[in-house]
Amino acid sequence: MQMTSSVARPSAARIPWLSLGVWGALAILVLIAYARAPQATTAVLTSTIRQSTPIILGAMAGIMCERSGVINIGIEGMMLIAAFLGYLANVWTGNLLLATAGALLVGGAVGAFHALMSITLKVDQIIAGTVINILAVGFTGYFYQQGLTTRGKLAPIDIAPLSSIPIIGPVFFNNPPITYASLVLIVVIHVLLFRTAWGLRTRAVGEHPAAADTVGIAVNRVRYINVIIGGMLAGLAGGFLTLEAVGSFERNMTNGRGFVSLAVMIFGKWTPFGAWGGSLLFGFANAMQSQIQFLQNQLPPWLAWVSQTPPQFIGMLPYLLTIAVLAGFVGRARPPAAIGKVYEKE
Amino acid sequence: MERAAPQPPSRVDLLAYGRAVLRAALIPAAAIVVALSIGAVIIAISGANPLVAYGALFEGGLGSGRALSRTLEKATPLIFGGLAVALAFKCGLFNIGAQGQLLLGAIFAGYIGFAIQGLPAVVHISLALLIGALMGALWAAIAGALKAFTGAHEVITTIMLNFVAFNLTDWLADGPWKDRSPGNIVARTPTIAPEARLPDIAGVPLGIILAVLAALAVWWLIWRTTIGFELRTVGQNASAARYAGISVRRMTLLALILSGFLAGIGGAVETLGVVGRFQPGFNAGLGFNAITIALLARTNPIAVIPASLLIGVMQAGASRMQFNSGAASEIIDVIQALILFFVAADSMIRWVLRVRAEEGERVTLSSGWGS
Repeated sequence: MQMTSSVARPSAARIPWLSLGVWGALAILVLIAYARAPQATTAVLTSTIRQSTPIILGAMAGIMCERSGVINIGIEGMMLIAAFLGYLANVWTGNLLLATAGALLVGGAVGAFHALMSITLKVDQIIAGTVINILAVGFTGYFYQQGLTTRGKLAPIDIAPLSSIPIIGPVFFNNPPITYASLVLIVVIHVLLFRTAWGLRTRAVGEHPAAADTVGIAVNRVRYINVIIGGMLAGLAGGFLTLEAVGSFERNMTNGRGFVSLAVMIFGKWTPFGAWGGSLLFGFANAMQSQIQFLQNQLPPWLAWVSQTPPQFIGMLPYLLTIAVLAGFVGRARPPAAIGKVYEKE
Repeated sequence: MERAAPQPPSRVDLLAYGRAVLRAALIPAAAIVVALSIGAVIIAISGANPLVAYGALFEGGLGSGRALSRTLEKATPLIFGGLAVALAFKCGLFNIGAQGQLLLGAIFAGYIGFAIQGLPAVVHISLALLIGALMGALWAAIAGALKAFTGAHEVITTIMLNFVAFNLTDWLADGPWKDRSPGNIVARTPTIAPEARLPDIAGVPLGIILAVLAALAVWWLIWRTTIGFELRTVGQNASAARYAGISVRRMTLLALILSGFLAGIGGAVETLGVVGRFQPGFNAGLGFNAITIALLARTNPIAVIPASLLIGVMQAGASRMQFNSGAASEIIDVIQALILFFVAADSMIRWVLRVRAEEGERVTLSSGWGS
């Protein structure tokens, strides 16, 4: 974890010319695709946003924890438990807002458990996350009952004048609430981390806890708060799966999204906007995967091979992409310096 | 993980050795008792009788000759998986991908098993085991190379490779290697040739014998060879190892290759000894079980055997428990997570039992995401 001077630091201030260029090129591609196949393009883009929602929420959960110096590989398990209990809350109360609040609370509680293990009990943080992941699979599997019925899922809210803009309207302004919340949270967490005293304290604790302690910051309290907030974000991601995307619970329905989130967090150099870029990439891979069956008849001849590819290979794509992203970016990204280490006063 | 593994009774008094083993087993034993107690509370909350449930669990795992052989059957891949994770831990690496490596080993051993006919049993079995092990090693080598050359953390890459392996084996079993016999519609390979089936030796399945030999071999590798010394040095302090002239890259790659090799044999043994063919959904959850076992054994290869037998008993008895008491078999995952928690958070148990932590080797895992 030694850094060299050539390594890009996670910073929010510089203007990211490279990413602006990439996004500009993508925007042009989208326009070309829209001109040729408007409906399919809109469908893929809408699906991209929705598919990226749990990933960006999970990545922000990771950012909250890791910026304060706590590794959290238990995001997968946090999502799964919150998805399950949020779903049960929906079954019992029939109130989707209450159920979403429940998912948030459950995520926060599991986050507190992670903080207890990693900070107070000084358990190796990667093992602490693994405990949460195994516990989540066992707990949700044990209490899962088939055949429960819910009263619907969170519906898209149309933001009236904005949603009639071509492309942007249906993609950004006709989404269900948790997707909107995730988009707002990207900005909120960015501002919190880089523009407030609280964010400065968080980053100080993650980079140099001893120095933070010297100036009077309660290192472990900051870490507890951050890990609990991180848990709530993971809980919201879980709530998205059962309350907004699917409407019901399936065993192991997180399907590695928690781990993809961590890769996206690294890709985004521990910044919310960077992670959002990574999440959209995965959202796009997933959207293509789920849209391909609907698009088969519309594919141009030179893309006909896509419809003959076995589904298992298309299913591998997001995971291969994660590996490629990680291999390509991790070396150049620098994690918070104090990550994974228990802080003890000298 | 704070205590050194008990040294073998080479020149040491046997009695002292026995005492050291007992002392090392104290914390895991206490963790198991506490985890089972909490599990009982959860079973009671869900409306089942915990005494009936545990009675059936242990009866189903230990109560009869059949139960015992089922336990050995379940414990065999667990030993290989536990060894795979423990070996990687020794080098400071966290291999969560034993599952994927096992799948690759299982399907390729199955392929050698059904695609070749008429070989003598010794040759056929050896070949199938070797190919299975090598495919497991290759699968882990991907994560090893990514870690060594790009710094991509093995926790994420091995998990991602699990999903890729799951899709790949699913495709093989449903496509090119599918069982085309009339009447079969599910994804699975044909049955292996009779010569490729693992025999029993003096009534004991060859698989468990191989597993025990593997545990001894890993112990020997770690504590009695230069490679083992270098692996341990990298695991304890990578910068010190680098300073001493050990190639951290080479050791990272080697540790994951050996780890995958072990998981691959585990899959091969399961295919050749128990299932007789490959079918998807095979041994789901092994990767996490293997982590519990490696930590319960405090990364000691010999202690992996009793730890695997314990989890094996629970797996063997789970269906009887579900049948007799109504407690769903997933409770054993919860119990495993609790065992893992209490072993890892041993400060709590030490406080209750008034056992001091001893200085010794320490497994460092959370060294961050970078290289």
